[in-house]
Amino acid sequence: MTQGGFGSGAAGGTPDRSLRLVGLRKEYVRGTPVLRDVSIDFAPKGMTAIIGPSGTGKSTLIRCVNRLVEPTAGQILFLGRDMAKLHGGELRTARRRIGMVFQEYNLVERLTAIENVLCGRLGYVSAWRAWLRRYPAEDIDGAFELLEAVGLAERAGQRADALSGGQRQRIGIARALMQRPDLLLADEPTSSLDPKTSVEIMELMVELAGRRDIPIVINIHNVELAKRFAQRIVGMTGGSVVFDGRPEELRDEHLKAIYGGEAWL
Amino acid sequence: MSAAPAAASIAREWQRFTPRQRLTRYAFYLFAVAALMQSLRSVEIIPEFLEDMPEQVADLFTRMWPIDWNYYPTTVHAALVETLHIATLGTILSLALAFPVGIMAARNIVRWPAVQLFAKFILVSSRSVNSLVWALLFVAVFGPGALAGTLAIAFRSIGFVGKLLGEALEEAHRGPVEALTAAGAPPASVFLKAYWPQVQPSFWSIALFRLDINIRESAVLGLVGAGGIGTALDDALSLLYWDQVAMTLLTIFAVVIVAEIAVTYIRSRIL
Repeated sequence: MTQGGFGSGAAGGTPDRSLRLVGLRKEYVRGTPVLRDVSIDFAPKGMTAIIGPSGTGKSTLIRCVNRLVEPTAGQILFLGRDMAKLHGGELRTARRRIGMVFQEYNLVERLTAIENVLCGRLGYVSAWRAWLRRYPAEDIDGAFELLEAVGLAERAGQRADALSGGQRQRIGIARALMQRPDLLLADEPTSSLDPKTSVEIMELMVELAGRRDIPIVINIHNVELAKRFAQRIVGMTGGSVVFDGRPEELRDEHLKAIYGGEAWL
Repeated sequence: MSAAPAAASIAREWQRFTPRQRLTRYAFYLFAVAALMQSLRSVEIIPEFLEDMPEQVADLFTRMWPIDWNYYPTTVHAALVETLHIATLGTILSLALAFPVGIMAARNIVRWPAVQLFAKFILVSSRSVNSLVWALLFVAVFGPGALAGTLAIAFRSIGFVGKLLGEALEEAHRGPVEALTAAGAPPASVFLKAYWPQVQPSFWSIALFRLDINIRESAVLGLVGAGGIGTALDDALSLLYWDQVAMTLLTIFAVVIVAEIAVTYIRSRIL
């Protein structure tokens, strides 16, 4: 069923893009869980925003999904497989179905914008071809299309370290979409950006992922941005989910429960 | 307001070191002076030799003058070219050999302690043996000549290049590595596209720096029969042709200066 779309990329039709976390637990130090058996079902489309105070395990949760962080226990069900059980080549094959956007952009500073976008294909292109920079022609076409979509086509040949924060994050989004992913993870993608650029980045992500029916799971500090762009909000505190609902259902008492105290409201 | 008197009552004295640290420092100075005195006594300076030192030096210089310029085209030039070959080939060989060792030594790339230990062993053994000693070893194995010199330079450089490359890799930012791993890139691609671009400037800088050192080191290898300009120097020295010694030393001096200038210029261009 869902296996069909696994390795075959976009050509194999759209697989079921829902993500299920079952009893996900992470302990960096034995006995002190950062994630306390979290179970969430993410819809196969639209944006789900995870909000909560710093150090509450939001970032850990998102990084467990593509196994940048090793979960201690639990299941991560995506595209018909348990991500938590995969190793080596299987894990890499699963990872390339999941795009990720980072707070600090995580671009390769000394490479050009276009090559950073092409880095999204490294899961598909052999290291040998990547070394010789012999990317398939369709990948190069795709990279230019995405650069145009994020409004940076004329910057293709510039090095990433010559770009501004907003421009770098646009490249980050283009790189993630270059994977033709079935899920987009975003870990505080706007925290290093000014308010106006933050909104532009959110709009761009929603639009480009929406056009491709890619669901987004995003960690975000800014509650207003979360309410404005997400269809669903998950509030976490102390490693557990304490709110789960539509943005308009999020009330002050929920925010009190999530962040603690009320003087800041 | 109640906090103000409490804060004022705290003694506002500050000293760089605690009394205990100060005592330790004085003890160390005392020890250093004692050690210096002790070693001066054991050097056994012979006063007579010290007295006629100026005459000896003056004598040496008069023997060196006039410089035997003719020694350059007949002998020094060919030896100099050989020295440059030894230095460049040895450096290139050492880069190839040190590259995998440097990767193995980087804790953030290779996570097996056994491999780390192996890499550290290679790096330390390469550096703890002087290039003249390496040269003696290779002369014993391959016989006298430029091959022994080239290998001596290469093996001596592995430790230097490998250690600095490993350190550069360890200082690489984690971000791009994480991003490419998340994209499903295999380890080789992660190295090529996330680590290598970050350490590339350091790598070429290390290589040029080592080439600079190797030009100087290869100049003396001839003293133990490993080829190069040192051979010319050795011949002139053993025959007491001081004017030829002067010619050789002058050439070495000029080459070292030129290499230094060239390396500094290239480094400033690539960084």
